[in-house]
This record gives sequence, C-alpha cells and structure tokens, in this order.
Amino acid sequence: MALQDICNFQSVFEDRLTTEYPAVPHGKKIPSNYVSGLPFSNNKSLFHFYIPVAEYLDESPIQFGQISTVQNCSAVSSEDPFLTSSSLPTCLPFASSQSVPLPFPMAHGTTTLAFMFQGGVMAAADTRSSCSGLVACPASQKILPIHSHLVGLTSGTSADCALWKRILARELRLYQLRHGRRLSTSGAAKLLSHMLHPFKGTELCVAATLCGWDGGEQKNFVDSTNAKVSLAKDERFSFSQQCSIRKKMNLSGPRLFYVCSDGTRLRGMLFSVGSGSPYAYSILDQGVHWGLTVDEAKSIAREAVYRATYRDAYSGNCVDMYHITSKGWTRRNREDLKEEYYREKERRKHEKTERRDVAFSD
Amino acid sequence: MLSSQHFGDPGKMKDYHYTGPVEHKFSPYAFNGGTVLAVAGEDFAIVASDTRLSEGYSIHSRDSPKCYKLTDTTVIGCSGFHGDCLTLTKIIDARLKMYKHSNNKTMTSGAIAAMLSTILYSRRFFPYYVYNIIGGLDEEGKGAVYSFDPVGSYQRDTYKAGGSASAMLQPLLDNQIGFKNMEGVEHVPLTKDKAVQLVKDVFISAAERDVYTGDALRVCVITKEGINEETIPLRKD
Repeated sequence: MALQDICNFQSVFEDRLTTEYPAVPHGKKIPSNYVSGLPFSNNKSLFHFYIPVAEYLDESPIQFGQISTVQNCSAVSSEDPFLTSSSLPTCLPFASSQSVPLPFPMAHGTTTLAFMFQGGVMAAADTRSSCSGLVACPASQKILPIHSHLVGLTSGTSADCALWKRILARELRLYQLRHGRRLSTSGAAKLLSHMLHPFKGTELCVAATLCGWDGGEQKNFVDSTNAKVSLAKDERFSFSQQCSIRKKMNLSGPRLFYVCSDGTRLRGMLFSVGSGSPYAYSILDQGVHWGLTVDEAKSIAREAVYRATYRDAYSGNCVDMYHITSKGWTRRNREDLKEEYYREKERRKHEKTERRDVAFSD
Repeated sequence: MLSSQHFGDPGKMKDYHYTGPVEHKFSPYAFNGGTVLAVAGEDFAIVASDTRLSEGYSIHSRDSPKCYKLTDTTVIGCSGFHGDCLTLTKIIDARLKMYKHSNNKTMTSGAIAAMLSTILYSRRFFPYYVYNIIGGLDEEGKGAVYSFDPVGSYQRDTYKAGGSASAMLQPLLDNQIGFKNMEGVEHVPLTKDKAVQLVKDVFISAAERDVYTGDALRVCVITKEGINEETIPLRKD
C-alpha cells in the first residue's frame, strides 16, 4: 500500500532505537523499492533528516555540547557514510529545538484563500514573504501546483512548505504510477497529514490548503450542476443545504482541504489562512456562494486579497490566482496591487468631489 | 512563533546596563558578518563579496572572501557563520565530485541550487547559519541567481544581496537594476561593465554604513569564457 510505505510510523521510530547500521540496507525496506538504483537514496525520504530522538521527550532538555550515551540516530542510510561523517558529529545529542535558539528568523506572514463554486475552485494568495520585519522576497510564489489537477497554497515557513510540497508531489506521482489513477484530494490531504505527523511538537510550520478536482474530466460541468445553479440563484436554500445536496450528487468534482502541521485536516468550501485571513474572511463570507460565475469569483478573490494586503502589514505586493476545473488548473497573470491601490484612491477622490458638489447644490 | 527577542541583532553586543540575572548558555552559532551580492545579466553573472571576517567587536581577518568557485559556470557566496560556510562548501564540493563521477557531467547551476536546498533542509532542526546566493550561467548561457534562506527555501532572481548589509543594499538594487519605485524611467538592459561598476559603488556605500562590511571587495564575473576575479580595496576602519 502506497500510504503505508510512507506513513510507516513503526519503522521510522524503530530505526531510532537501533544503534548499529548494518552494511546492507536495513530490513525495513520494501523489496518493491523504486529508488534502489540511485546512490544515497532512502525509501523513506528525499533526503536524510536529523529527526529529534524520541527519548528527549522523556528526559530533561540536554544541554548542547554534552555527549549522550545513546548514539544519535537519524534516518541516514548506510549507503551514504560521507554525510554522517562530515556534517554533524554523531555524538551530538539532538536536543529539542528550544535549547538551540536560532539566530535568525524564518519567513512567515501571508494571506492565502481558496473557495469552491460551481465553476471549480478559485485559489488566490499574496506574494510577500517577510522575515520579522524585513521583506525577504516581494515576489514569492505561495501557490504551488502539485499536479495537473491539484494545487497547494502554502502558509507558514516557506522552506518547510516548499520542501513538503515537493515530497507530496513525489508521493502522489508514485501513487499514480503504482495504482494507475490519481489519488483523490482527500487522500493527498491525508497523506500530507500523516507525513507531517512525526514532526508534531517541533518547530515545523506548514499550513497548506489543497485545492483539486477529483474524478474524470467533465465535458460541461455547468450541465451537471445546472440544477444546483438554479437553486443557488433562487436563494431559497441556505448555503449549507446546497452543500448537502451537492455531496449526495457525485464523488468527483472540486475539493478543498486544509492540512496543518499540528495535525488538523479539514474539508470545506472556503478557507483562508495566514495573518491576513481575518480580513479576507470578511470579504469572502459576504460574497461567496455556489452560483458565482468565473469572473465574479475571480474578482471576489482579488478583492479579498487586496483588502487583506491593505490592512495586514505582513501581506502585500502582488496577487496570484489559480482556477482549478475539471480540465486542470489555469493561472492568471500576477497582478500588482499597487495599481489597484491607486485606482481606489482615484475613486475615493472622485466620490469626495461628487459629495461636495451635491452638498453645495443643496 | 520565534520571538524577535531570541535573535535581535545577531553578533552585536548588548547594552551595558544591569537587567537582572542573566543565564549564559553556550551557543553553537556565531555571527561573522560579511555581505554577499549577486547580479544576473543577459549572458553574464556577477558574484561579489567583501572580505572582512569579524566577531563581536573584533576583526579576525581582512582577507577572507566569501565567494567560492564551484564549477566553471557557478560561484556561491556564503555569509553568516564562517564555520558553517566552510563545512557547507566542503559538502557541496564533495557532492559535485560524486555527481561528476556517477553521471559524467558537471552539475548545472539549477541542479546545484536544488541540491543545496535539500542539503540545507536536511538540517531543518539545527540549521546551517549561512545565507547563500548562487550565481552562474544556466544551460542556455543566460545569467542566473538563486538566493536561499538558512533552511533551504530558494528561488531564482535577477539580483540579490545577502548578509549583514543586505537590508541596506537590496532596496538600492531594486531601484538601480530592477528600476522599481520610479516612474517614467527607461528600462535599459544592464551591460557587464555597468553592472561591475554598480556592484563596486554599492559595496562602497555598504562599507560606509555597515560596520561588518569593509576591507576589500572580491568580484567574480562569470561569462562563457570563464570566471574572472578582481579585488578592490574598501574602507578598513
């Protein structure tokens, strides 16, 4: 089972307790390992992790510099002795992250949002990545396509998000090759959640929103959801009632999941993550409903990110938008919100002069 | 989640007034200063760094450049903690050799960048305190700059400044190379000579305002003919 290969918690933790590294690849490897041909590869991960030792959770935090009696373990495979010998002295206890305070800040702060509607899933994000007060990059990419029908929005530490997305893309591709079909968005979310589980309690910070389309291509998605579109326009049914009608309809269609490194995995119709999310939520809650057209959805997503960047110091610069349909994802050109800000200013000025004219004429 | 009290101004001494009992702990990191800069042009790339190695109030060396040549078309600039810089460059060199021996070709700049990202991330819970910038030529011969954060997040840029004076230099580069924050200016493509002159001017400005930058400037210009190195003196005070 692909999921079991990856989420094999037992062997990941058991590795740490062994002190010997036999010359042959350790027995936990599954024979159908695809990467056995490559040097320094490991069936568990793309690279070798110095994972915090399980014992430290029981003991008091070990002072850095003391030599631990237990040989420190990591998921290093014996085929790569070079890395073990030169990168970290193996005797160094891998203390919890709190006892080695980092001298630099990590990149944080963002606004990302995604919502489902009759035309698929609309995902939008700002492009500022900040590092405790300094804008590390004004043009970063927070929406990363994972495969043709799945897009991930990242929030949290940018290095963590980029790497974990890469791992997820690799695992999904492997699943597709082994089983001949794409893994559903729900399965991908579960996979990511299980991959992040061993790092719960560490300083890893990944809050990803997976937006995808499950199932085969639908020739004309408007047709199949026609009934629901008319219902939406009627507004006789509340949003949640529309959802339950839809859920009964089909297993394929747009999907939206939120996965967090603390273990949360939620399915929903609308998510916004990041420091600017409260501002984005207020715009989205007001305007998003199932029956939106694609253009309306685009403008509301843009407006939500614009308002969030306006009020949140850690979001800004440009807005990226992706639209996921049954045919895959399409990307809109990156738009600089500076233009929008100036347009808004013009509008306000115009309104002010109009109001003044009206007041004078009275 | 990491409060700024943890790091504040790395390497700078705290104020001399009594704040109460303070616990002193051995820190595995030190901040050795230094600034690195890289610019990518149409068919060239420039990687420049100052050569001052400092710690706290002292200068350890005036001749410790921070650019390291990796291949004929790639140079990496590393600033931050000098110990980690040295180890990291050794690891990269070894991995380059291994790649060369098993694949019979040299690694391209993009591949080195991707590899460095995974090397840095493998130490996610005890990071290398190094700010890296890779400058080189890509497969098509165009200039490429890849900038990293200490844990491996990277992206391709046209120009980037890293190190102690990065916050001062980056806006200047945005303005002069990216023509940002200006209206009605003609976007003239950057020539190699103009770029080298700009880099020199930028470092002179950095040496004026940042105490950890100075002594000398090492500029490596990468073109398809090879790598050309130049050393220019800077302020020594």
